[in-house]
Amino acid sequence: MTDASDLRRRTAELLAAYPPATTDRLDFLRARFDAGLAWVHYPEGLGGLGAPRSLQAVVDADLEAEGAPDNDPRRIGIGLGMAAPTILAYGTQEQKRQYLRPLWTGEEVWCQLFSEPGAGSDLAALGTRAVREGDGDWVVNGQKVWTSSAHVARWAILIARTDPDVPKHRGITYFICDMTDPGIEVRPLRQVTGEAEFNEVFITDVRIPDARRLGEIGDGWKVAQTTLNNERVAIGGMRLPREGGMIGPVAKTWREHPELRTHDLHQRLLKLWVESEAARLTAERLRQQLVAGQPGPEGAGMKLAFARLNQEISGLEVELRGEEGLLYDDWTMRRPELVDFVGRDAGYRYLRSKGNSIEGGTTEVLLNIVAERVLGLPGEPRTDKDVAWKDLSR
Amino acid sequence: MTTPRAQPDLLYSEDEEALRAAVRDLLSDHCDAAGVIARVESDAPHDRELWKLLADGMGLAGLLVPEELGGQGATHREVAVVLEELGRSVAPVPYLTSAVVATEALLAADARDLLGELASGRRIGALAVALNVSAGSAYQVVRFEDGALHGRLTGIADAAVADVLLVPADDGGLYAVDATAATVTPQVSLDLTRPVAEVTLDGAPGRLLGDAEPAVRRALRAGAGLLASEQLGLAEWTLTETVRYLKQRKQFNRPVGGFQALKHRLAQLWLEVVNLRATARNAADQLATSGDDADLAVAVAQAFAAPVAVHAAEEALQLHGGIGMTWEHPVHLYLKRAKADSIAYGTAGAHRAALAELVDLQAP
Repeated sequence: MTDASDLRRRTAELLAAYPPATTDRLDFLRARFDAGLAWVHYPEGLGGLGAPRSLQAVVDADLEAEGAPDNDPRRIGIGLGMAAPTILAYGTQEQKRQYLRPLWTGEEVWCQLFSEPGAGSDLAALGTRAVREGDGDWVVNGQKVWTSSAHVARWAILIARTDPDVPKHRGITYFICDMTDPGIEVRPLRQVTGEAEFNEVFITDVRIPDARRLGEIGDGWKVAQTTLNNERVAIGGMRLPREGGMIGPVAKTWREHPELRTHDLHQRLLKLWVESEAARLTAERLRQQLVAGQPGPEGAGMKLAFARLNQEISGLEVELRGEEGLLYDDWTMRRPELVDFVGRDAGYRYLRSKGNSIEGGTTEVLLNIVAERVLGLPGEPRTDKDVAWKDLSR
Repeated sequence: MTTPRAQPDLLYSEDEEALRAAVRDLLSDHCDAAGVIARVESDAPHDRELWKLLADGMGLAGLLVPEELGGQGATHREVAVVLEELGRSVAPVPYLTSAVVATEALLAADARDLLGELASGRRIGALAVALNVSAGSAYQVVRFEDGALHGRLTGIADAAVADVLLVPADDGGLYAVDATAATVTPQVSLDLTRPVAEVTLDGAPGRLLGDAEPAVRRALRAGAGLLASEQLGLAEWTLTETVRYLKQRKQFNRPVGGFQALKHRLAQLWLEVVNLRATARNAADQLATSGDDADLAVAVAQAFAAPVAVHAAEEALQLHGGIGMTWEHPVHLYLKRAKADSIAYGTAGAHRAALAELVDLQAP
């Protein structure tokens, strides 16, 4: 059994063999992966040591103290949070060996080809088709949308319809898609903020070898659940310091600009400060539950809480700024590689946070999920459950 | 050697869960809603038999009192678990007022003999400060003159069952007054399960315990911080009962709980309760460990808990429909307790004001 002292010893050995000051960043990250110190709870040979997940913090702290480079987890968030756990759960040995290392080091960025213009909240209604050819390859055609990082991604996790003759959840298969295929066209999708953080992705006759299928044919919905559950854990399991979220900038503005203060804004600010602290403590409690091996259902709720708070707080901040609230930092269309919620001005935060209640599952759908899976209330009436996908009205 | 903890422990230990199970068992046998309703309609709203079982039988009145003084030497974390369960059944016992608030005042004053008596549950104590007062704000005092106490205090929670009153006087002292030396007149209370009373002292003898100010401040801070756990238990009960009812109740040929408009309200309420649990747990842990953040944790918990508990009870009444409006359904007990709790030991607004100072978010 790998314990904390064993991990500290291994970390020290890594640092001795690859001194961060004189080692190339990528060489260091690769060596760290090979030493099993990338994600210690992953299996040996795949960047881990089969150790308890909670011990990762021990390794991270020692590496940070020595100034070791990190793998820029924000830039590769989709790969880390969604693709990797899915590949680990459903991939073949060959797939795990091929994809996990460059994913973790950040050499290869991943994106997620799930949502479509006609399949957002009703994701299982998707219409992108994958048809199997005689030689075993799949030929994929369709359109995806709201795809973050598609313009920088090397690989994508993709779900496509492989059997239109069965009800919608049963005819989906999960693939790994090569984003350099000439049949892939990525077009920026400009948003209310002015920037193009998301993309539309057009898929035309893209060939995917059967060796890049994840899970069984027709089993893609189940595989996708692994991806989506990990997405929510990733959102809910963050550890934030006090004032670490959206409340931070507005509290700072309040302290630095006494001339902007009004009684009405003060009351609203304090209420939101308290709610932010409550949400932060809830996320911390959820994290402690995960570490203790007692995951609770709270994760489903955390995204709801943060979405509402981000919107209310950023709305308040625009008002607080007064005359400056009438302005905006820059409407130039930008193509950021990652989303920076707090790095720009109040107007940007206000507009960007409108997406928080839509992306990764709308607030309305998540409330249904909480009501049905956590509280056990009856499900929504389903008219499409036993109807073949091809017979559904669109 | 103990290392300082970077984060509060927000979970429940195995021992705490065992304590919860024991208290819940006892309450399910001895504190059903119909019994509480019948009791509050009588002249004796407090359940002395239940108090005896909790305090004497299980030793819960002495959780905060050190073992050498006859208590259990436990912490606010365990008390919080007891209060969650008491809140869940709106138990009409003076637990928060005697085993927490009065006990904390006596701990501050180092009144060892009285601590032992309260810990054993043989005597019940009440701090003679109105229930709505928060730590650090002004409270009424009585006149100390010629070696005796004179004056009238109102809004004293659970005074009707107290054996000893802890009375602040105008000389800055805190005095122990035997309840038989005072006139205690019940007031008609919004919360029938934690009634308030008027206390009149007409030359009553009192024993000086120490300085009133630090004792009252400590007592009210613990009261406010742990009240959040009672509010958590209360809110949980209303949510659980409402979900249960809405799964059974049918209209338009389907369970009412299947309608999205109602599902979303219940899911929202669940989220509020989940957040309340984290703030209540944080306050209990900070009080237990005398953490640097205890004042802040209490202010956050109380600013957050009261609106959630009231909202939960109000939603429960509305979503029960007509039955929720009746006297025979217990939801009104919870609504009244929740609303009174939202004033007890300071309103959410008072705690937000305290917070503004603590985290440097000053008013204009």
